[in-house]
Amino acid sequence: MKKLINKVEDVVTEQLEGMAAAHPDLIKVHFNPNFVYRADAPVQGKVALISGGGSGHEPMHGGFVGMGMLDAACPGEVFTSPTPDQMHEAAKMVHGGAGVLYIVKNYTGDVMNFEMAAELVAAEGIEVQNILIDDDVAVKDSLYTAGRRGVGTTVLAEKICGAAAEAGYTLEQVADLCRKVNINGRSMGMALTSCTVPAAGKPTFDLPDDEMEIGIGIHGEPGRERMKVKTADEITEMLALGIIEDGAYTRTVREWHNGEWTDVELTDPPFQAGDQVIAFVNSMGGTPVSELYAVYRKLAQICEAKGLKIVRNLIGPYITSLEMQGCSITLLKADDEILKFWDAPVKTPGLRWGV
Amino acid sequence: MTISRDSVVEWVKAYADVVAQNRDYLTQLDAAIGDADHGINMDRGFQAVMSKLPDMADKDIGTIFKTVGMTLLSTVGGAGGPLYGTLFLRAGMATAGKMELTLEDWAAALDAAVKGVVMRGKAELGDKTMVDALSPALDVLAKAAQNGEPLAEALKKSAQAAKQGMLDTIPLVARKGRASYLGERSAGHQDPGATSSYLLLQTAVDVWADD
Repeated sequence: MKKLINKVEDVVTEQLEGMAAAHPDLIKVHFNPNFVYRADAPVQGKVALISGGGSGHEPMHGGFVGMGMLDAACPGEVFTSPTPDQMHEAAKMVHGGAGVLYIVKNYTGDVMNFEMAAELVAAEGIEVQNILIDDDVAVKDSLYTAGRRGVGTTVLAEKICGAAAEAGYTLEQVADLCRKVNINGRSMGMALTSCTVPAAGKPTFDLPDDEMEIGIGIHGEPGRERMKVKTADEITEMLALGIIEDGAYTRTVREWHNGEWTDVELTDPPFQAGDQVIAFVNSMGGTPVSELYAVYRKLAQICEAKGLKIVRNLIGPYITSLEMQGCSITLLKADDEILKFWDAPVKTPGLRWGV
Repeated sequence: MTISRDSVVEWVKAYADVVAQNRDYLTQLDAAIGDADHGINMDRGFQAVMSKLPDMADKDIGTIFKTVGMTLLSTVGGAGGPLYGTLFLRAGMATAGKMELTLEDWAAALDAAVKGVVMRGKAELGDKTMVDALSPALDVLAKAAQNGEPLAEALKKSAQAAKQGMLDTIPLVARKGRASYLGERSAGHQDPGATSSYLLLQTAVDVWADD
């Protein structure tokens, strides 16, 4: 295993220390329990947006802490859910009296740990809501997830909801917006190579040199199919059509309402000709930006043919899987509210515009 | 016959030892149908519990259970942390302020614990999880408490039911958790969570039934 690390057991700590040293104008890092938070927290009167998950997906989530996006991010060990004490302490540090919204990716560990954190926060009299992101159309009920996994739409949700919170939305309003973004976003990814978790010392899965996996998860969880590597155009078509042709998707999720967990039924409407979309082409970490542009080229052609108008795009490594080579595509149906908040200023280590 | 506060502390210590001794076994079970870390995670959690034990040894049983729960919650990680954390936290809420437990008290604590695990993990009987060991054990314990049976007998029968529940997971196809991804391939393997749950209740027999 060749990595730019020191001792394996110090990986997460040292990377957090590096972030703190690099961006003292934007963030601070709290250790034991670990979380990254806005340097100017708490922002009084604003809904505090908190997310988190395993380390190894940087810049998500720690790199998205700052004005216009997250107030705090809780990093677990590599590819491991953070624990409730992290989210609990983060909430106490950054809440500004207007409640806390936890954005939770749909993985069993994340869901349970964030639920317990919400209970702890609620017990202190702080208003809280958990909204789930479950946008991966590739597979259902996979290695670590019941239902669909939470992937690319998470980044878009953090940006859009971050701006809404900055604009003075109430907790209820930001939660509604987050739910809307989730049901209107769909993603699918693929891998050309595996990745190696430092603590494991060997690749998460075996992928022969001439094969790829369609529908890979961001922790290397299995996807739909393994096959011989195809061209960028063919791969883009598989991912894009998988997203665009996905039918309506209905499921039940748990949300915190009136002091208890309530089942809520959600349905993702399918894309339709005439929809405006934000197109997000993401590197899994090991794929260069240049290759993402080839993917975008084909994606733009497919969207046009399907009557989808790409009105904004995001291209680069934003939700990665360590050094995995591969990419993911996310399409988010965007209305005026979503576009307004997409365009709003943001100032974080991982995303910055309008400032 | 009651379970004293000190016996509860002994049980926690004894289980930490059992987890350490069975670390590789639990990890092996988890390698077959999970991601091979159940033993490692539980051992890490219970070693952290051991380091906190001296500070909680003089508290009431509810506080001890809650401290164990909070410690596991922040150290075990993954899915096991919230599930075992909830188990102990709920048991703690049910035994708040108590310095000794009757059979009824222990049955009530286990009832609250299992309800918590089911609520948290959304697993049902037959999904091939820890619930498959805990739920039968609870049924037996609750009946024994209702019938006023002796503590030692009730504990033994309850652990026996947990053991059977654990063994019954072998042919099951997992419907929850990591193993459910494997589908049919999960059949023929004993569930690691059911195993660690059985060991929890068996250790209770070993420590409390001979008081």
